[in-house]
Amino acid sequence: MSPGAIALTVIFIIVVSGSAIGFYAGTRHKMSLEQWTVGSRGFGPLLMWLLMAGETYTTFSFLGASGWAYSRGGPALYILAYLPLSYVISFFILPPIWEMGRQHGLQTQSDFFLAQYGNKYLAAFVSVVGVVFIIPYLQLQLTGLGIIVEVASFDAIGRTQAMIIAVALLAGFVFVSGIRAVAWVSVPKDILMVLAAVTIGIAVPRMYFGGIGSMFAALARADPAHLVMPGATTTLNHGWYISTVLLTAMGLNMWPQAFGASFTAKDAETLRRNAVVMPLYSLSLAFIFFTGFAAYLVIPGLSNGDLSLLAIVRKAFPAWMLGVIGGAGALTAMVPAAVLILTASTLFSKNLYRPIFAPAMTDDQVAGLARIMVVVLSLVSLLLAIFSSTTLVSLLLLGYAGVTQFFPGVVLALFWKRVTMLGVFAGLITGVACATFLILSNRDPFAGVNAGFLALCINFAVAIGLSVVRPAPTGR
Amino acid sequence: MKKPSLRAVVVALIPFCAMCFSVSAWDRVYPMVLGLPFNFFWLLSWIVLTSVCMWVVYRIESPRTGKADSRSGERQS
Repeated sequence: MSPGAIALTVIFIIVVSGSAIGFYAGTRHKMSLEQWTVGSRGFGPLLMWLLMAGETYTTFSFLGASGWAYSRGGPALYILAYLPLSYVISFFILPPIWEMGRQHGLQTQSDFFLAQYGNKYLAAFVSVVGVVFIIPYLQLQLTGLGIIVEVASFDAIGRTQAMIIAVALLAGFVFVSGIRAVAWVSVPKDILMVLAAVTIGIAVPRMYFGGIGSMFAALARADPAHLVMPGATTTLNHGWYISTVLLTAMGLNMWPQAFGASFTAKDAETLRRNAVVMPLYSLSLAFIFFTGFAAYLVIPGLSNGDLSLLAIVRKAFPAWMLGVIGGAGALTAMVPAAVLILTASTLFSKNLYRPIFAPAMTDDQVAGLARIMVVVLSLVSLLLAIFSSTTLVSLLLLGYAGVTQFFPGVVLALFWKRVTMLGVFAGLITGVACATFLILSNRDPFAGVNAGFLALCINFAVAIGLSVVRPAPTGR
Repeated sequence: MKKPSLRAVVVALIPFCAMCFSVSAWDRVYPMVLGLPFNFFWLLSWIVLTSVCMWVVYRIESPRTGKADSRSGERQS
């Protein structure tokens, strides 16, 4: 068998097994809207842990983190900082969010805004922003998936074909099973991911340098500037680092799907305990960094840094190993993508379409529309992934700049009685507008600071300012 | 929603100071520790220390929130 065929077969086995687990999980429960979106709030700590872990390890952390270690150097370290810090924040905000979810039967982020502020247009706008900024994240997963399969198959499967197959599988098991499918597939996917990352992160430096220490010593001799900020860039210095760490630490909990996942916890205690333990999971990213830095020395000159981890694995290991890595990577792209599609399609149907256009729709009809949206969103993201060519990282950072604008609305609602609906709505619009403008006009970072973060500051200022000036809200 | 205690918030801010705000102090290659560049080693250590801090925060907060949460859902309905 040719190396490409071997790698492909292994990937195929892994992906099909993973999907089969997903389908099987779905057939055991009859699905109502609530079950479909939040698994009836019965998830215990173990399953919850797996679901949250699955969402943390994405194509971004697998390809993107090594890609940034390769192409940017020091600035990539923001990735190690923002994950633990996002859990610190989650400790304080997720339990009260969960409680609200329990009290009001909330399923989505937009439901939360409706329950807090009582305005259906704000809630609908939250859905719009949520859906819009999920799409680049979804596109990122699909693009990553295409790269993984293409490289691992030694170019036997074209990127476009790979993405089409993956999307079909994805839509299939989301359609049938909802969030429980995702949780179950996370089990093999997370185990594989950790094994893959640790193995590569240790073996590659060992093979080419004799060890991790020797690898860093060699890198420090050859190009010490690469290991600090701004590394290989001119604009990503300490101001950017601080603002980006803050933005993404706040933003991680603001992704619509993170809200949905939090509602599935068994109780608030689970969320607090997760916040204590989950930072430790970020340690495994160190191995991804080792690989990226090693690749920088061993195979310099790649035009696309996001290929570096796969390229060095293909160079250093036998084809079956490449297949295992590729399979892990494929599931790593498919699982979060499934959650994203699920979240966006529910947001659209339940929080945008029904309240604004068809208030008489029943829950079952909404669930039906959500299923149609699964197909629509899959197609839209697939087309974008095929025809538009932006980098993985710029897609994700655009997503963050957008969704983090929810943070003021969420946090002020939880902890400040004087916050008004108008303040939050105005702040949200301002924040999203500023972020979008700055990023699309290529002004990120702006004055050395992350553009999304600047927009967030303006957002907070508007929300607080307007709330202070307006009369206090009654009986919220 | 009960606000978190001041002590808890102060302890929770420690990882932010260590991993985020103080970056200019530790963003360097030397001294290398355990073969790792200093900034890398610093962050990895603080990943572990963040969990430690959060455990402390958990201990501070749990007498205040522990029992109340599991009952609040039932109380409202």
